Amino acid sequence: MMLLLIVFIPFLAAIGLVFVPRNYRFVMRLVALATTLLVALLAVTLFWRFNADEACYQFVTTIPFLGADALGIHCRLGVDGINVGLILMGAIVAFAASCVSWEIKEREKEFYILLLVMSGGILGAFASLDLFFFYFFHELALVPTFIMIGVWGRGENRNYATFQITLYLSLGALIALIGLIALYLQLPADRRTFDIEAIIRHFNDRPMSENAQQFIFPLLMFGFGILVSLWPFHTWAPLGYSSAPTATAMLHAGVLKKFGLYGLIRVALPLMPDGAKSWLHILALLCLGNILYCGLVAMRQKDLNLLLGNSSVAHMGFVFLGIASLSLVGVTGAVVVMIAHGLLAALAFALSGYLYQQAETLDMTRMGGLMQRLPFVGAAMVLAMLAGCGLPGFANFVGEVMVFFGAWKSDLADAQRLVIVTAWGGLIIGALYSLRAVRNILHGPVGGKCESMTDANPWRKVPFVLLLGALIVFGSFPKLLTEKIKPSAAVIVNMANGGNRNAPNPSPPGATIARATTLGSAR
Amino acid sequence: MNYSQTILEMAVVGLGLGLLLLDLWTPVEQKRQLGYAAAAALGFVLLFSFSSFVDSGGTTAAFNGMYLQDRLALFFKRFFLVTTIIVLVMSVEFADRISVGISEFYALLLFALAGMMFAASANDFSLLFVAVELITVTFYVLTSFQRTRLASLEAGVKYLILGALSSAFLVFGIALVFGTTGTMNFRELAAVTAGFASNKVFLLGVLLVLVALGFKIAAFPLQIWAPDVYQGSPAPTTAFLAVGSKAAGFVLLLRVLFSAVPEITAQWMKLLMVISAVTILYGNLCAIPQRNLKRLLGYSSISNAGYMLLGIAALSHAGQSAVLYYLAGYLFAVLAAFTVICLVMRHTEDEDISALAGLNQRSPFLAAAMALAMVSLAGVPPLAGFFGKFLLLEAAVEQGASNHAYYWLVAIAIVSVVISLYYYFGVVRAIYWPKDAADLTLRLRHRYPLSRIVPECRPEYHHAGRGLVEGPTEFADRIDTMTIPDLSRRLASF
Repeated sequence: MMLLLIVFIPFLAAIGLVFVPRNYRFVMRLVALATTLLVALLAVTLFWRFNADEACYQFVTTIPFLGADALGIHCRLGVDGINVGLILMGAIVAFAASCVSWEIKEREKEFYILLLVMSGGILGAFASLDLFFFYFFHELALVPTFIMIGVWGRGENRNYATFQITLYLSLGALIALIGLIALYLQLPADRRTFDIEAIIRHFNDRPMSENAQQFIFPLLMFGFGILVSLWPFHTWAPLGYSSAPTATAMLHAGVLKKFGLYGLIRVALPLMPDGAKSWLHILALLCLGNILYCGLVAMRQKDLNLLLGNSSVAHMGFVFLGIASLSLVGVTGAVVVMIAHGLLAALAFALSGYLYQQAETLDMTRMGGLMQRLPFVGAAMVLAMLAGCGLPGFANFVGEVMVFFGAWKSDLADAQRLVIVTAWGGLIIGALYSLRAVRNILHGPVGGKCESMTDANPWRKVPFVLLLGALIVFGSFPKLLTEKIKPSAAVIVNMANGGNRNAPNPSPPGATIARATTLGSAR
Repeated sequence: MNYSQTILEMAVVGLGLGLLLLDLWTPVEQKRQLGYAAAAALGFVLLFSFSSFVDSGGTTAAFNGMYLQDRLALFFKRFFLVTTIIVLVMSVEFADRISVGISEFYALLLFALAGMMFAASANDFSLLFVAVELITVTFYVLTSFQRTRLASLEAGVKYLILGALSSAFLVFGIALVFGTTGTMNFRELAAVTAGFASNKVFLLGVLLVLVALGFKIAAFPLQIWAPDVYQGSPAPTTAFLAVGSKAAGFVLLLRVLFSAVPEITAQWMKLLMVISAVTILYGNLCAIPQRNLKRLLGYSSISNAGYMLLGIAALSHAGQSAVLYYLAGYLFAVLAAFTVICLVMRHTEDEDISALAGLNQRSPFLAAAMALAMVSLAGVPPLAGFFGKFLLLEAAVEQGASNHAYYWLVAIAIVSVVISLYYYFGVVRAIYWPKDAADLTLRLRHRYPLSRIVPECRPEYHHAGRGLVEGPTEFADRIDTMTIPDLSRRLASF
């Protein structure tokens, strides 16, 4: 029931907004804020009440009437350790995104409707236990992205950016869709269903043929990969984010983008162990492109938003590395990075949106000394950048360390230890561009554009405080996340390694769990 | 002989004749309203088609098996009836651009409808030919109905020449088939086809029939006429051509391929796949540079024919039902788009996409209808176009296991869907991006309010309840249209 509310309240509110007259600006804003706040509170409750000891799906809800029985499509929602944190993160970011939308001054009605549809679509995509609705909700969230960038976007290139992001993401989504359809057709004709649980149960008993795995896995890997800006299919991301209105960039870079990673972990890994074995080596190599190449590109940026966009692409590399490691610690770490980076990207884009609103430029050569003018925003910026470098105390550190530990101890490491060492070097690049950005924007003499800027008032501080708070809470008490993720990740990793196929409820390998626990409690 | 089977067709023909008679006693200024009367009467025919008298649930034949009333035929008959009702309402709106003879225009629409309904039931090459000719000949007149407009006349001539050519192919093909097998009935043909599978003359005959049907659905390489005719014809005719005529082509194709010559179809699987792939690519690539909206929709209709051919090329039950679903979604999307064109582009001769600029401010309801139509054609959830493409691709991937060529077809279809997003979203951009634009619809407001409500109010979503979320949004937008912009305009005119 709670999940049902989380997913459908935004849609209901969007429909409600349609009936609000155009000039009631305050009401529209209030509706959007109240809805997303309510959803965020529900998500916190859900997270709190989630039972970390069980690896199965909880809060499962089936919505009658939606779907088609003949094709085996049912709208089923549920959470396990992997997506409960992602839903919490998505709800928090959605609330923060409607908080920062005060900057929208024209056609507010359409904007808030689209924002709510996008939030509902995102949460629905992560909550769906049915492959069809999983895809459906994601696409539902993509259309508002396109319109929001086109209509409320900024900069000369927004037209180009709009079409680039739309075509790129649609291509990725369609490739993934073909993969999903092919997966569905692997089931025998009388047992065809899109229900993820049923599919997993079926292939657990009767593994898919090797050929089919080698064919479907790359479809999913590259299809989802394009959605997550896997190098070399990442070029839509920096330009798209720098042209998007703040709220859209926050929601997309923070949450919607994680859909592809979630799909890889949820669908591709457990169903196709043989496919995973041969293709994940390639993924591990490509993730170096993300970490190193995009990191180096980020170093050369003069525009703050382009820097953030490239750094967000670079961070995705760590998640790919965690997935490619196929170890419990690595996959758990990947999920933690997904959540941490979602909060961080939202925070960074919210801050840069605030600066753009004040200075009307994000050119770092024309800014400087902001720390004197904007002590609060400046401090938040420093913290965000430090979190991006992976400073202990922030959730990003926990995730990235786990990814590296997991990757180092995995089978992958024996073959490609060099990859991991090189990826480790990527952290230094991250530190370089983050700290240089801090120096250029916040310190030194006050830049020409920065004379008239004012600090955020208490209301405007809310989203920044919220996102920073979440980052620090999860960074200081990583057990909150890791304890919930581990049991579910263990099931997936176990299946992905092809072990214990016939056991109905595979027991997680104890040694790995113990290591993850010590890592979690060390902080 | 069972004449009562054809009661739906007879009702439509009678209605057309009655309309022509009624025209004699109707004052000139009210002739336009006859369209509503015809649409209402068709509504009754549509309701009647659900009665147990027509829909007995099984398959019945008439005229020695020439005429077949089954589920497929009824599906298409209802489809054609809905299409014609919407097109009639659209024509009432369009009537002031047709200088004379609006009641003949309505009557011709009805005769074409009768042809399409016969086509849906055709189970014999002779009935097929009669139905196709009834459709094509009425369209010769319908395309050139704006006699004073050069483009319309040009469209009529082009359609006439190529249509006559394809009719010639059709007759020749039927003659060859009849000459070799000695029968024209599909059921009897199916029994003997296997024996003629290597007979060159028979194969040539079937090929020529397919060429003629390919002309109707505008499949490559017989798509040449489509863009010019779509652009030049009056908007209601174009809409009818894009939906009704194309669907009639598809029902005949389904009948010929799967009930008359199934063996040949299986043999020609590769040919169907190649035609499908080339049609999809041609339509989508040529649509990219188009600025004329009707022409763009012409190319889009070519590509859509390609997608539906993909379902046929899958040679499976899933593929055929996907085609039917796709057509249903296509009907509402295309008719909504043409209704908006009909209403918005009345003062611009060239129907350029830029005429839609700022439609969002002028009339949010029409803007939303157009945008939804484009997004549905582009195949984005939660609209019907997405489910149609989803089912088609699923059918093709399913066949891929037995023949890997299907994977290439699917890859081409996917790339083309991405290409098509570019031009469909280009229309959406033209509607929403610009912040202000000249008001072209000022004069049409509230003249025929019904037509603003009826056609677009029910896009996809009463089809199996799948394309959800649209209804309420549009309704609300309509309320907005009525109140705030009007009020502000009245205030400004003081």
